[in-house]
Amino acid sequence: MSILLDRDSRVIVQGITGRMARFHTKDMLDYGTNVVGGVVPGKGGETVEGVPVFDTVKQAVEATGADASLVFVPPPFAADSIMEAADAGIRYCVCITDGIPAQDMIRVKRYMYRYPKDKRMVLTGPNCAGTISPGKALLGIMPGHIYLPGNVGIIGRSGTLGYEAAAQLKEHGIGVSTSVGIGGDPINGSSFRDILERFEQDKDTEVIAMIGEIGGPQEAEAAEYIRDNITKPVVAYVAGLTAPKGRTMGHAGAIISAFGESASEKVEILSAAGVTVAENPAVIGKTIARVIGKAA
Amino acid sequence: MDIHEYQAKEVLSNFGVAVPSGALAYSPEQAAYRARELGGDRWIVKAQVHAGGRGKAGGVKLCNTENEIHEACDEMFGRRLVTHQTGPEGKGIYRVYVESAVPIDREIYLGFVLDRSSQRVMIVASSEGGMEIEDISAERPDSIVRSIVEPAVGLQEFQAREIAFQLGFEAKLVQQMVRTLQGCYAAFSNLDATMVEINPLVITGDDRVLALDAKMSFDDNALFRHPQISELRDKSQEDPRESRAADRGLSYVGLDGNIGCIVNGAGLAMATMDTIKLAGGEPANFLDIGGGASPERVAKAFRLVLSDKNVQAVLVNIFAGINRCDWVAEGVVQALRELELEIPVIVRLAGTNVAEGQKILAKSGLPIIRATTLMEAAERAVGAWQNDLTQNTKMRAV
Repeated sequence: MSILLDRDSRVIVQGITGRMARFHTKDMLDYGTNVVGGVVPGKGGETVEGVPVFDTVKQAVEATGADASLVFVPPPFAADSIMEAADAGIRYCVCITDGIPAQDMIRVKRYMYRYPKDKRMVLTGPNCAGTISPGKALLGIMPGHIYLPGNVGIIGRSGTLGYEAAAQLKEHGIGVSTSVGIGGDPINGSSFRDILERFEQDKDTEVIAMIGEIGGPQEAEAAEYIRDNITKPVVAYVAGLTAPKGRTMGHAGAIISAFGESASEKVEILSAAGVTVAENPAVIGKTIARVIGKAA
Repeated sequence: MDIHEYQAKEVLSNFGVAVPSGALAYSPEQAAYRARELGGDRWIVKAQVHAGGRGKAGGVKLCNTENEIHEACDEMFGRRLVTHQTGPEGKGIYRVYVESAVPIDREIYLGFVLDRSSQRVMIVASSEGGMEIEDISAERPDSIVRSIVEPAVGLQEFQAREIAFQLGFEAKLVQQMVRTLQGCYAAFSNLDATMVEINPLVITGDDRVLALDAKMSFDDNALFRHPQISELRDKSQEDPRESRAADRGLSYVGLDGNIGCIVNGAGLAMATMDTIKLAGGEPANFLDIGGGASPERVAKAFRLVLSDKNVQAVLVNIFAGINRCDWVAEGVVQALRELELEIPVIVRLAGTNVAEGQKILAKSGLPIIRATTLMEAAERAVGAWQNDLTQNTKMRAV
């Protein structure tokens, strides 16, 4: 098992005719992902990398039975595309786009509440590298070869730092059940907490790794949730110990603007909740290996 | 993006928020002239800089005569105002705002922020205006009123009324407060603001509700649809290196250390800075060159990092995912040949085709210090910098 994404997921790519989207569609197909179509308004009838393009997500879902979507649409139109996916019955959507206005994301989240929880699409991102269930499927832009299949569930806000962690795990011969990028934006589809809940229920995930950073309340909220609800061991790393207050560090959401948002405060809050914190990014893999050794 | 107080007041007054009458000046003479135009016999001269805490730093002066206006302006123009928000280098004063002084009965704090917990716009208000919100939360947390706006319908009148009554407004002033709150919310949502702060919002002796100060920040990602807001950008208030980086599509934040960093990805860039610190050094900057890391971007990044004269070593940390390390390595080599660096450069590559990338670096004949892990890279960078420092000191001693 894995969460959110597996071999049977039927994937469409929104914005598939763009240069990056084409490239990553091919990459996902090569990895074994079941990409069944793409959507670009006005380009219905074309094909990209052998998959059919549709004008609307509804048409794509009707024709292909798609249940997952990857959004590669430019920032001004991305929110609209996510809502289109939610309305067409897509179950899981990953949005890669970086630079979506925060208020557009507020609108997206509000829009999604119109669906009852069991019919509501799960969104991860925006501004993330995607989700991978190693050996099964890849929905995103990460290099598939750095992930071994296994039992560590990863949740992270950052793309390349997530790669760094996966590569360190691979060096230790440790594999991943699913790695989920929740993205670096201040308003995002799913929080650490949302994904922790799924990993707790997943039989194949034995240890959960959280890769956080400065800014926002989501690590602290996760800590509280872990303390009360998570039985599996959790390892965390929080980037940005040297980041100054009040400055945006690349990710729109990586800014310390309130109490509890700095890396050292988050480390303290997570440790107090029983999370094993990797002291520095070079020992993320080693720390997880140690916890697995203990857990086994 | 931040804007000046006088700009924020103009924006907000277009949405129905009442502000004192005032005018902008670029020189002491113009300031005095503006005061005459405004009339009255008491004025406030306010330095226009993108930072809070101006009052305590001497950036806000009450003046009773034209002479005092001249004196206040002479002290401000051309100076750099250092407040608790600017850092030691301060922000240059090139404009002042002259405002008619008003008799103040009460001071209120009013803020609109993007609340990341509820993922909605939140109103934060307090009857303890004039203090910084951080101090209010520390000293008078019970005075804070919070209210979250439902994005589908916007701020409702009853919500605004509730806030006004909670803040202890007299019934006859409540409607003015409702108009102020709704004006701020409309400006916030229509213009894609990320923050509106009025501190203080005052009730005057003659029963008016006025925004005495105003701060607004806007979502950089939404500026494309607000050209009239983009025009308000004042580059004199930005770190020149940071604005140059932003213009080139790079994300850069200058820091105090001396080990320059070039990294792809924001999280990895912060992690690299942290590792440098752990290894005993201090990072000179945050720099995310993006997922791509093309040779051109690497070259641009080098130029940017080296424009900081404190930089005494450069650490390049690239995790090549979709790119290949050999391609990134060629970019690094190309950039170093063009730039003829005299300080140590440490390169750590990881990910796809890492062996080929290392080979290219080794064969280049350039004095590149290579590292395989993040920790090793940071240690070598700190080591090389200290070594270099010792050598330089020796040379100077000789």
